[in-house]
Amino acid sequence: MAKVIGQAIKRKEDPRLITGEAKYLDDIQLPNMAHVAILRSPYAHARIKGIDTSKAAALPGVIGVFTGKDFMDLNPMPCAWQAGGVKNNVNTPRVLEPEKVTFTGAGVACVVAESRYIAEDALALIEVDWEPLPVVVDAKKATEPGAPQIHENAPNNIVMEWECGDAAAVEKAFAEAEVVIKQPLVNQRLIPTPMETRGCAAMYLPYTDEYTVWITSQAPHVHRLLMTAFVFGIPETKMRVISPQVGGGFGAKIFLYPEYPLVAALAKKIGRPVKWQETRAENYRATTHGRDHITELEVAARKDGTVTALRVHTYANLGGTLSTIAPGIPTTLYGRLLSGAYHIPHIYCKVWGVYTNTGMVDAYRGAGRPEATYVAERAMDLVAQATGLDPAEVRRRNFIRPEEFPYAPADNILAGLKYDSGNYEAALNRALELAGYADFRKQQAEARKQGRLLGVGLSSYIEICGVAPSAWIGLPGQGWGAGLWESANVRVHLTGKVVVTTGSQNHGQGHETTVAQVVAEELGVSVDDVIVQHSDTLGTPFGYGTYGSRSAAVGTIAVYNSLQRIKEKARKLAAHLLEAAEEDIVYEDGKLFVKGSPDKAKTIQEIAAAAAIGYSLPKGMEPFLDDTAYYDPPNCTFPFGTHVCMVEVDGETGEVKILKYVAVDDVGNVINPMIVDGQIHGGIVQGVGQALTEGAVYDENGQLLTGTLTEYAIPKADLVPTIVQDRTVTPTPVNPLGIKGAGEAGTIASTPAVVNAVVDALSHLGVKHIDMPLTPQRVWAAMQRN
Amino acid sequence: MKREVTITVNGVAHTRAVEPRLLLVHFLRDELGLTGTNVGCDSSQCGACTVHLDGQAVKSCTVLAVQADGSEVTTIEGLANGALHPLQQAFWEKHGLQCGFCTPGMIMASADLLKRIPNPTEEDIRHGLEGNLCRCTGYQNIVAAVQAAAEKLRN
Repeated sequence: MAKVIGQAIKRKEDPRLITGEAKYLDDIQLPNMAHVAILRSPYAHARIKGIDTSKAAALPGVIGVFTGKDFMDLNPMPCAWQAGGVKNNVNTPRVLEPEKVTFTGAGVACVVAESRYIAEDALALIEVDWEPLPVVVDAKKATEPGAPQIHENAPNNIVMEWECGDAAAVEKAFAEAEVVIKQPLVNQRLIPTPMETRGCAAMYLPYTDEYTVWITSQAPHVHRLLMTAFVFGIPETKMRVISPQVGGGFGAKIFLYPEYPLVAALAKKIGRPVKWQETRAENYRATTHGRDHITELEVAARKDGTVTALRVHTYANLGGTLSTIAPGIPTTLYGRLLSGAYHIPHIYCKVWGVYTNTGMVDAYRGAGRPEATYVAERAMDLVAQATGLDPAEVRRRNFIRPEEFPYAPADNILAGLKYDSGNYEAALNRALELAGYADFRKQQAEARKQGRLLGVGLSSYIEICGVAPSAWIGLPGQGWGAGLWESANVRVHLTGKVVVTTGSQNHGQGHETTVAQVVAEELGVSVDDVIVQHSDTLGTPFGYGTYGSRSAAVGTIAVYNSLQRIKEKARKLAAHLLEAAEEDIVYEDGKLFVKGSPDKAKTIQEIAAAAAIGYSLPKGMEPFLDDTAYYDPPNCTFPFGTHVCMVEVDGETGEVKILKYVAVDDVGNVINPMIVDGQIHGGIVQGVGQALTEGAVYDENGQLLTGTLTEYAIPKADLVPTIVQDRTVTPTPVNPLGIKGAGEAGTIASTPAVVNAVVDALSHLGVKHIDMPLTPQRVWAAMQRN
Repeated sequence: MKREVTITVNGVAHTRAVEPRLLLVHFLRDELGLTGTNVGCDSSQCGACTVHLDGQAVKSCTVLAVQADGSEVTTIEGLANGALHPLQQAFWEKHGLQCGFCTPGMIMASADLLKRIPNPTEEDIRHGLEGNLCRCTGYQNIVAAVQAAAEKLRN
């Protein structure tokens, strides 16, 4: 039988998606369902002196109007990842804020009505008596003396101060350095913008006190756990959480937002099913944002381009309140990756997590790793510019060599983990070859003589995938205080059809196909005979969900481990049925037979039927082929690659046009190349969006100026030309399938590649850096300054 | 306050009394239960709600149901005719979708594009789909799918 792993099989989930049959959250209609709309704060920082709901409540069709005071029996949302010594200064949202708001868009009241139209009408009739307070939106300014204080328990608005590396060793390296570079970098705030906004629907059964809650969720088990254990204080068995078809997440749908317990509580209060679907304007204010770092980068190097130390100071804006895992992103997932693909002898990183009067910031595609990669990749180009060396050569001179793996970055910045495997120069060389790098350099020189501005940028990224080993992610004071394992259950039914449940959550990644491919490969059944179920807490083992490029490298390994035990049991049963010794049974292409006698084989379907009928089993064997696995990975995985971006800058307008984009990625072994390529494409274009067009902007009053898709420019179809793609394959030794993960690589790699290209185009004018997004206005201004 | 409208959707005439402010997309989704047409924004930017109104692609969040009175509407549910439309087939084969939320609108916009330009260049497709946003695919496989469907429709 041909191998199934590695085949570009069409996705099993697509028929319902291309015909409009898929049911997303807003498609859910429950009998007698009412609709919720939420009144959100127009102020970034204000006290609520009073709320008059009487006019809204009197509107025909309104069932109820509620404020924060109606929900004081519910706890605030939990902050589950209190990294970096976050202690007694945690401030998280309540279902509706009863006293004070700290960012525009915080919910303060809600209407339940017969229709969404009526609910929205009634919102306009709620009167809030506001006392506006002074506002600060900039993370660095928020820590300075005299800045408005947002929370009483957080002096200077500091959430946490975190560090990694060796400050003294770095100090010494700088004192001895031949080349010292200082560069401030802004990694601007982004808005994730999955095409489907968030939503929630709920129903409540009073006599058994049970909730059923539908959530646009990347992690339904986690949502249930956080809601029941932390907000409601009820056993998790009293709530079922279902994540229906989900229209993208990019991290923003991991977290427990206040609207979910609010909607569940409303279903109980009014005694009817209710639904809330976020508008895009709400999504931009009340759903988490990403990035938002102000960084001071210092690089020490030798004249030959060898980097000797990095010192990185970062202010990370976490918003007005803390989202579910906010402190973990600019710490564990950022500072620990700063060595990138390079052998850097000493590193020190200090991060201040800061409250400001802006929307909450949490994981967004890549989550900390794009920010770290941006620092490392800009550092390499700054060294190239300072030493007069080619950026490709600087990378070569600093790369970790293949023989150095497993590799522990300097000064224990990775807290005990080691890079698994890599061959960074091979990926670089292939990317330069595909890009025609040497020729382009000649073209660039020619073009400059004609006054044309061509540039090429490299990004030799690495990333951390497969979050995460419990010993690392659970570190006290650093991690979640819990492992991030994943679960799977495999059942081979009497008919030979295989049903897999996974704790991973598919919101576009194609799990229903890739997991089926692994099952088909291992058991020797058809992909069509495998059904992959997910996203419903009812009857499925607990799982942590999908994010951090973990579904293939962690979730699928749980499936794989179950399959090994299923196969072992099938062998035992085959031995019994064929009256042979177990060690003589061969399992090949879905058939089990005694070595040398393939003509007398039992198919896996026959074995499954025998196991299910359970009439003639070996002594002590339980009926049915059914296995559940929980997989705690021994290490993270570290994909890598090199992207090359070639641009032309319009000297008159500052407009950047991408001429060619080359991506060579190494994500280890690949289950479905079509799906992996698609993940990379989408990731690249999202990262290019950060480089060129996207940026959330708050004015000094804390008003979100980029509050709709009209002002916040996500990439359109004509931003990036067809990407030239290739792969190198360096399997990871971390897991038996050799898979590293591919969900975030594109986003991590592309942003610095584009910025490096634009700076390269202008380098002869003396331009060393331009902060993102590289809009025509900013690029033009940089050209004028130099 | 309510006005009676008759709108033919996917070949079937539906008469309803609606508020004048009711958006066509809500008429399709809430009155008729045709939930294949999605809503992704509130500023007419994303194109997830694209349907055909009297043969032309429109963003159904920007059309009032009363404006569509007497018109013919085709939604994603009405595109396939027993078998998948060549665009649906091509989006499947070329992996032109990931989360699928933009896909119905993207397919309806592409169908309109191919009617106007049966043999489009890559640039025609990228320009022609500027009104439809996708956050997952980076558009590369959407372009490939439209090219493949164009070829199939021409032959």
